[in-house]
Amino acid sequence: MHAFKYHKPDTLAAALGGDGDDTRYLAGGQSLVAGMKLRLSQPSDVVDLAGLAELRGIRADAATVRIGAMMRHAEVAASADVRSRIPALADLAGGIGDRQVRNMGTLGGSLANNDPASDYPGAVLGLGATIVTSQRRLAADDYFIGLYETVLEPREVITAVEFPVPAKAAYVKFKNAASRFALVGVFVAQTAAGVRVAVTGAGGAGVFRVAEMEQALAKRWSPEAVKSIAVASDDLTSDIHASAEYRAHLVSVLAARAVAAAG
Amino acid sequence: MTDLTIGKSVLRKEDARFLTGSGQYTDDVVMPRQSYAYFLRSPYAHAAIRGVDLAGAREMPGVLAIYTGKDLPDAVGGLPCGWLITGTDGQPMKEPKHPLLAQGKVRHVGDPVAMVVADTFLAAKDAAERIEVDYEPLPAVVDVRDALAAGAPAVHAEAPGNVCYVWALGDKAATDAAFARAAHVTTLEFINNRLIPNAIEPRACNASYAKSDDSYTLYVASQNPHVERLLMTAFVLGLPEHKVRVIAPDVGGGFGSKIYLYAEETMCVWASKLVGRPIKWTAERSESFLSDAHGRDHFTKAELALDKDGKFLAMRVDTKASMGAYLSTFASCIPTILYATLLAGQYTTPAIHAQVTAVFTNTAPVDAYRGAGRPEATYVVERLVATAAREMKLSQDEIRRRNFIRTFPYATPVALTYDIGDYDACLDGAMQMADVAGFPARKAEAAKRGMLRGLGYSSYIEACGLAPSNIAGALGARAGLYEAGEVRVHPTGKVTVFTGSHSHGQGHETTFSQVVADRLGIGVDDVDVVHGDTGRIPFGMGTYGSRSLAVGGTAIVKALDKIEAKGRKIAAHLMEVSDTDVEFKDGRFTVKGTDKHVPFAQVALTAYVPHNYPLDKLEPGLDETAFYDPTNFTYPAGTHICEVEVDPETGTTKIVSFTACDDFGNIVNPMIVEGQVHGGLAQGIGQALLEGCVYDRESGQLLTGTYMDYAMPRADDLPNFKVDTRVTACTHNPLGVKGCGEAGAIGAPAAVINALCDALGVKDIEMPATPERVWRAARAARA
Ligand SMILES: Cc1cc2nc3c(=O)[nH]c(=O)nc-3n(C[C@H](O)[C@H](O)[C@H](O)COP(=O)(O)OP(=O)(O)OC[C@H]3O[C@@H](n4cnc5c(N)ncnc54)[C@H](O)[C@@H]3O)c2cc1C
Repeated sequence: MHAFKYHKPDTLAAALGGDGDDTRYLAGGQSLVAGMKLRLSQPSDVVDLAGLAELRGIRADAATVRIGAMMRHAEVAASADVRSRIPALADLAGGIGDRQVRNMGTLGGSLANNDPASDYPGAVLGLGATIVTSQRRLAADDYFIGLYETVLEPREVITAVEFPVPAKAAYVKFKNAASRFALVGVFVAQTAAGVRVAVTGAGGAGVFRVAEMEQALAKRWSPEAVKSIAVASDDLTSDIHASAEYRAHLVSVLAARAVAAAG
Repeated sequence: MTDLTIGKSVLRKEDARFLTGSGQYTDDVVMPRQSYAYFLRSPYAHAAIRGVDLAGAREMPGVLAIYTGKDLPDAVGGLPCGWLITGTDGQPMKEPKHPLLAQGKVRHVGDPVAMVVADTFLAAKDAAERIEVDYEPLPAVVDVRDALAAGAPAVHAEAPGNVCYVWALGDKAATDAAFARAAHVTTLEFINNRLIPNAIEPRACNASYAKSDDSYTLYVASQNPHVERLLMTAFVLGLPEHKVRVIAPDVGGGFGSKIYLYAEETMCVWASKLVGRPIKWTAERSESFLSDAHGRDHFTKAELALDKDGKFLAMRVDTKASMGAYLSTFASCIPTILYATLLAGQYTTPAIHAQVTAVFTNTAPVDAYRGAGRPEATYVVERLVATAAREMKLSQDEIRRRNFIRTFPYATPVALTYDIGDYDACLDGAMQMADVAGFPARKAEAAKRGMLRGLGYSSYIEACGLAPSNIAGALGARAGLYEAGEVRVHPTGKVTVFTGSHSHGQGHETTFSQVVADRLGIGVDDVDVVHGDTGRIPFGMGTYGSRSLAVGGTAIVKALDKIEAKGRKIAAHLMEVSDTDVEFKDGRFTVKGTDKHVPFAQVALTAYVPHNYPLDKLEPGLDETAFYDPTNFTYPAGTHICEVEVDPETGTTKIVSFTACDDFGNIVNPMIVEGQVHGGLAQGIGQALLEGCVYDRESGQLLTGTYMDYAMPRADDLPNFKVDTRVTACTHNPLGVKGCGEAGAIGAPAAVINALCDALGVKDIEMPATPERVWRAARAARA
C-alpha cells in the first residue's frame, strides 16, 4: 500500500469538499483497502464515510424501506424492518461473503463498486429501487453501466437506497466455489410497478433484467413460466469458473427456484 | 506410577500457546537492526532478460542493497535436486541450473528476478516498483502435452523436447503378455489436477550474520532444518555447515511445501553478511500462489487387464508428470519412486508396468504435496478398479475382495514388500460404518426428489515411514532417510527429548511425550519435546511422508532403550545386585522376583550426583542419542467410502457422508490421528471437487492466483466424517506404528470421483468436478 492522506469528516458537506487530486471514499474497505494493498488503486486521499450520521439508519413504512448507504450487510440482514417487509433483501444481505465481510461491507460500497458478481445489484435492479446520492435520485434502471461502472460522478456520494416493498420477492444465489460471490444470482419480484427479474453474476456488462421472463411471470407467476425461457449466452461471462452456456442455463434454473421460493 | 497414556486422547500440549496467540512463528522473530527483503518476480511465463535498470530503485529511501542474477558470484550454485533419477536410456535426468535469481531468462510467472533489501518491507517493495526490467517475451508452455509436442518452446536448452527423464518400472514383457490374454481391459485417461499447497502460514525467513564468530542464524518456516542447512551450505553457498544454525520455530502447516530449499531464504543468508544486518522475508499470499512448490499435475493413460472372473492380470500405466520450470528439492522422486511403486495397491496384480515422462513447463516447480505420488497412484488404481467393476457388473466390494492380498509379507511386482495388513477388515468396517446396505433405499428416496445418489470406494495403500536409506540410495536418493532422537534425563527425573522430526501442526510435542512418559513411568508433563533447531537437536531429516512417529518416534525409543540399559546398571549398583537381575517396569527398577526396587528419579539423581556410583565402569549422566534407519517402509492402508448426492439441474455435488476406515498400526493418540485424517480428507475432497491450479495455456499466466479464483475446501463443503481404525501392528518398528498424516489426501479423491461416476452413470469426470463439469456429465449421460 502506498502512503495516502486520511480524512474522517463528520458532515456530508465536508466529505464532498477537499482538494485531493485522487480522492476515494472509504466505506467498509472490503474492496478499496484490498485493492490498495495489492497496489491496484493508489489514491492520494481517502475520505472515510464512517463519521456521517446521515448515511446510517433504516427507515421503513408500508411502501418503502430506506437503508442508509453506510449500513453494514450484517445490520441489513438483522433488521426487523427489512426482514418483515422484504425478507428476500434480508436473506440476500445475510448471504454475502462471510461474517467478517458482512460486519464491514456496506450497501453503498457494494453499489458504488458494482462488482459484476455482487449480490446487492440484483436486489436494487430486481426491486426497482431508487439510489439517493449527494446530488440526485437515480432509478436503478439508470444507475448501472457496466463492469465496476456506474453513473456516479467522482465526488458523488451514495447516501441511501429506497427499496419499494414488493408483494413477493426472492433471491437465489449460486455461489462461485472460490470467492463465494454470485456465479449467478437471480432476483424476482412482484412490485407495484410490475414484475421484475434481475440477474447478477452472469452478465458480461453486469447486472441485467430479463424482459421475457418478466412478461411470462406477469401472465402467470409460477416456476414453470420461466423454467424454459433461455437467456442468450452471447452476452454472458465466460471464465475459468463457468462458461456462458452454463451460466445461461443457471439463469433459467435459478429463476424458477426463485419464483418457487417467493411463493 | 502414573497412568499409561498410549491409546488415550491426551489433549495437545502445544494448543495452549497456539490458541492464545503465543506461538512463535518466523515472522514473529524481530532482530535488532532488522532489515527486510522484497523479491521482484517475473510477470512473464517465459522471457529473455535483455537488461535490468536499477538506477531509479537505488535512489529510493531506505534501500540498503539490490541484487540481480548477475550479482551472484560463480561460486554460488543453483538450488540442488536431492534425488537422481536414471532414465530408461541409462542417462541421468536433465538437471538444468536453478539459479537463486534469474540469469538471462525467466521461466515461470513468479520467477524471482531481483532482491531488494531495505529498512522496511514497504520501502523494499516501493523500490522494487522502480526496477526496470527489459523483457523479451518468449512463447510459453504450461501443459505437459503441449510441452511434449513437436516444436514446443524449450524451457531449458539442456532438456531437448522439454524431457527431464523417461523412467520405467516393472516387467513390460510380462505385462504385455497378460494384456494379450485378458478377458477384459479397462482403460482410462485422465489428468491429476495441479494443486497449490496453501499452508496457513506463508513461507518466511529471517537470516542474520554474526561477525563476532563468523556464524549465521536462519529462522525459516521449514519442515526439516538440517536438510535445509546441508543443502544450502554444501551445495549452494559453500558456507561452513557448522557455522550456520537453522531454526524452524512454530510452523503453520507445510503439507510438503516447506520441505524444500528455496531461493528466498538462501538469498537472505547470502546477503545478510554483505548487508551487515539481519534480513527478513515473509511471503505475501500472492507470492505463495506463485512461488511455493505445487503438487500433482499428471496426465495419465492407465489400463487394467482382467480375466473373466474379474481377477486382475496386469496393469499398464503411462504418465506425463510436470516438473514445472525447475527441479525442486525432491521433485524427481515424486512421480517415480513414490508413485509407480504403489500401483499394486491392495491387490495381487501379478504384472505391472509403468512409464513416467517428467516434463519441464513454464510453471512453478512441482514437488511433494500431502501424499506426494501416492494420491496419484491411488487415483490410478482405484479409478481403474471401480470402472472395471462397473464394466464387468461386479459389485465394488466383490471385485476388491477377489483381488486383495491376504498373505504377508507380500512382494509386489513394483519393488515393495508389504509387511502386514488386513484389507478385508477395513473394507468390512467401512461398509458397515457407511451403511452400504441401506444405500439403495437412500438412493431411491433421493431419486424421488430428483437427486442422484452415488457411492464410491477407494481402497488405498501408501508407503510411509520414509525410508530405508540403503534402498532409497539405490533408487537415487542423495540423502539418508533415518531419524535421530536424544533423550536427556535431568537430575530430578524430568526429561527433555530432542528430535529430528519437525512438528508443523502434527502434535509431536504431545505424542512423543506420551511415548516417553509411558516408557519411563513419568507424567506427560514431565517430558518436553524440542525440535526444529540445528543448534539443539541431533542431525535429523525432518517431517514428511508420514514418517515422524514411525521413524522419529522409533529413534526416541532406541534412545530410551539405552537410557533403560544404563539405568539398570546404576540401579543394580545401588541395590548391590547384578544388572541382569534388574528389570524396569512401572517407573522403577526392581530386582526380579522381589519387591526390592529404586524409582526412576533416584536413578536419575544418582547418575548426576555419582557419590555411590560405579565410576570405574560407567560414565555419569543419563543422556542418550540414537539414530534409527528403518528396515522397510510402513504400509498404512484402508478403505474410504464416499456418498454423494448430485443435483442434476445445477450440477451441485453434496457429500452426504464420508467414511474412512484406516489401518495405521498401533495408535498412540486417537484424537490426533482423527484430526490428521480429517485434515487429509478435506484436502483430498478439495482436490476432487474444488481445487485446481489453472495457468493460461497461451500466456502462461496463473489464473488462480488468489482465493477469489482458487477454491479451498471450507467447513461447509464437508460432511461430518465417520472415521475409525483397524489395527495390524507394523512388524518392523517397536511401536508397531505406520503413520497417518497423508492417508486422507491419498484415499479421498478416488472415493469422491468414483461416487460421482456412480451417481451419474458415467465412466469418468475430470477433477476438480466443478458444478459445470458435473452438469455437463449428467446432461451427456441423459442424452
Ligand atoms: C472476502 C470477501 C467476500 C465477499 N463476498 C461477497 C459476496 O458474496 N457478495 C457480494 O455482493 N459482495 C461480496 N463482497 C463485497 C463486499 O460485500 C462489499 O460490499 C464490497 O467489498 C464493498 O465494500 P465496502 O462496502 O467495504 O466498500 P469500500 O471497499 O470501502 O468501497 C468500495 C468502493 O465504493 C466507493 N464507495 C463506498 N461507499 C460509497 C458511497 N457511499 N458513495 C460513493 N462511493 C462509495 C469507494 O470509494 C470504493 O471505490 C465480498 C468481499 C470480500 C472481501
